[in-house]
Amino acid sequence: MVLSPNDKTNVKGIFGKIGGHAEEYGAEALERMFAAYPQTKTYFPHFDLGKGSAQVKAHGKKVAAALVEAANHIDDIAGALSKLSDLHAQKLRVDPVNFKLLGQCFLVVIACHNPSLLTPEVHASLDKFLCAVGTVLTAKYR
Amino acid sequence: MVHWSAEEKQLIASVWGKVNVEECGAEALARLLIVYPWTQRFFDNFGNLSSPTAIIGNPKVRAHGKKVLTSFGDAIKNLDNLKVTYSKLSELHCDKLHVDPENFRLLGDILIIVLAAHFTKDFTPACQATWQKLVGVVAHALAHKYH
Repeated sequence: MVLSPNDKTNVKGIFGKIGGHAEEYGAEALERMFAAYPQTKTYFPHFDLGKGSAQVKAHGKKVAAALVEAANHIDDIAGALSKLSDLHAQKLRVDPVNFKLLGQCFLVVIACHNPSLLTPEVHASLDKFLCAVGTVLTAKYR
Repeated sequence: MVHWSAEEKQLIASVWGKVNVEECGAEALARLLIVYPWTQRFFDNFGNLSSPTAIIGNPKVRAHGKKVLTSFGDAIKNLDNLKVTYSKLSELHCDKLHVDPENFRLLGDILIIVLAAHFTKDFTPACQATWQKLVGVVAHALAHKYH
């Protein structure tokens, strides 16, 4: 799956408009993922996953930062996320199916907060981008 | 059999009560065809699906979207009896339409995003969780008679 020039424009555009909210969106995406897909909580036994958790907020900020980084280096996502890819392969080993689940929740967060920005075309581009990020993060698994 | 709590039933009913089935159905199907273009394989006779604009304006897409979401409404009315309710529809999708059940999951996820965009902050995490469960159960019931 390849990101077209239009996809890249759409992704950069939406991240530009989201701006500083990315961190809070990251946290909300995690919160939604834990609620909708309880099995994802198994990766965070060491976290307080209650409402308003500072750990979830901090982790959401990290996740969002990685997405922003990928968007800013959209021509070379593999390069931009190389260290994160190593981390997921060697240490975290999050099953690949879970990246789709978080991706779905991130799209829902954007839809909730910026419905007018998520046109069908932007939705398609963002979905592709999130898939691409998931692919990069699991690329070195075996 | 799937268990639905009183809270879940409330969350489903309160959202569904405010949904415009025609608009929502049309939008969900259009987005499915746009975001996952390979799903267009089932709709060769729908005419012009060559661009997002063409898909959104296509009257067959609108009509079929309405039909699909109306059927979804039947599921909501029969939450405690879904496999039976969808038995014939499941056979149809397998034997006549030859639709890979993965497509039901894709449409379910798209529907959630359409609802999120419509209800914005009212589409709380609890609401999303309930509806993700619902679309999953509907997809499962539709796939149940596959052989």
